[in-house]
Amino acid sequence: MRLLEKVFLKSLWVFHLATGSCNNCDIEILDCLTPRHDIERFGMLLTGSIKHADVLMVTGAVNRQCIPRIKRVYEQMPKPRLVVAIGECALSRGVFMQSYNCPMPLDHVIPVDVYIPGCPPRPEAIMAGLLKLIERRKENRAETGRENDSR
Amino acid sequence: MAKTIIPIGPYHPLQEEPEFFILTVEGETVVDIDLRIGYNHRGIEKLCEQQTYDQVTFVVERVCGICSTSHPFAYTQAVEDILSIEAPPRAQYIRTIIAEGERLHSHLLWLGLAGHFLGYNTIFMWAWKLREEILDVMEILSGNRNNYAMFKVGGVLRDIKKEDIPTVQKKVDSIVPTLKKLRSAVMDDPVLHARTKGIGVLSREAAIDYCAVGPTARASGVARDIRKNSPYGVYDQVDWNMVVTENGDVFDKVLVRLGEMFESVKIITACLSQLPEGEIDCHITEVPPGEGIGHIEAPRGECFHYVRSDGTNRPERHKIRAPTFMNLPTFKKTVIGGKIPDTVITLAAIDPCYCCTERMTVQDLKGQKLYTGEDLIRLSQEKTDQIIAEMRR
Repeated sequence: MRLLEKVFLKSLWVFHLATGSCNNCDIEILDCLTPRHDIERFGMLLTGSIKHADVLMVTGAVNRQCIPRIKRVYEQMPKPRLVVAIGECALSRGVFMQSYNCPMPLDHVIPVDVYIPGCPPRPEAIMAGLLKLIERRKENRAETGRENDSR
Repeated sequence: MAKTIIPIGPYHPLQEEPEFFILTVEGETVVDIDLRIGYNHRGIEKLCEQQTYDQVTFVVERVCGICSTSHPFAYTQAVEDILSIEAPPRAQYIRTIIAEGERLHSHLLWLGLAGHFLGYNTIFMWAWKLREEILDVMEILSGNRNNYAMFKVGGVLRDIKKEDIPTVQKKVDSIVPTLKKLRSAVMDDPVLHARTKGIGVLSREAAIDYCAVGPTARASGVARDIRKNSPYGVYDQVDWNMVVTENGDVFDKVLVRLGEMFESVKIITACLSQLPEGEIDCHITEVPPGEGIGHIEAPRGECFHYVRSDGTNRPERHKIRAPTFMNLPTFKKTVIGGKIPDTVITLAAIDPCYCCTERMTVQDLKGQKLYTGEDLIRLSQEKTDQIIAEMRR
């Protein structure tokens, strides 16, 4: 298990899930891949299949049609799995709070590990959030001397 | 030959946004296409009716992150139409500069994604690297990378500082050589020609029949551009050309967008040099009862807003028609008859933007019956059964 954790944090594969977002956060995630920011130098890779992913990046104000699909995608993820909520909409629904089609924020649907605020967050903020996620997992392991509970 | 149904989506590696295509294929040929949307519906029109006129500007900005200038632009025009006023000249120039900057970054984004879909990741990286320069310009001008928050009914929120103009001009000029390089990369590559020429052809007649807008129509030889046909901002005061091509295939859509980027650079340069002094806001206090429309040329085509006011501080009705809503039905002409591998680039060629399009629409083809929610669910279940039965056959 310890080896798994070590390997896991070395190269996080990321799956991107848009749940009724305005595209801005999605574009900023893609921007992380491009030459100026280049998230791949941290071993992160955007993957096309949820079954290969370690991190689920969710953007957008979760709408009614997406809720069952988010749950299904989350259940298909192999363990250990991490969830990152990106942008104001995923955190608290932002300007769409009063909308009839956005009943709840993301963390009422699935458990969330890291929240990255911003409308949209800058690519630097997204990278900082992901790095913080790795750091915190490492620290937890050093402090408690045992593995994190991998949901 | 037996028919096969290929579902694409709603979450698929090829798409940034959730949408669901149902392709019916015979062997390698696509014989039918159907589309399910609704994964992005956020009830924005209803939301706008609950906000005050100043707040709505920021809500419509979040209709779509890529067109985050087009929607506020059209909305402010609609409210200014009710008030029968025009923003001060300096504000008009600033609006035009921001709108063209957005067109540059949107077309570069599309070019990159199109390159990626065709397997040219170099173009993807080049275009997106270049796009960062534009985003820097936008950050200098507005303070934000994506949601610029520059618009306000009756003017703009922020002024352009005099000392910023040389920096902005230098940055805008610096992208021209790379743009030329990208253009020659597209023009000279025989593989790219083979892959995009004669693919997904939308004839001139079909473009008119389907009411296609923006680059999708202009690539088919329909010379329709709101900036020329019904000028707003300062598009009638600067010198620029409409880019129109004849063939209507994917290659021509690339050419139109590449050409428009050079025109955008031209417009920004002209606006920066002609920028007049003066007020940037005309301080509106009340909106009288009435109705107004605003339409502008977004990067993807005509973006149309309708606002009805009843004299209170909130709009009584706000209607948005995004460009992709008009361009989506052209898939019926372009995709059907093509091969499966070409579908991806054909679907991408109109630069679809689903988060713009998701306004709820229920329509009966014969116009005789109105469907209730239950009817729709029943119809949808029947359709699913039908698809399953067809797949078993």
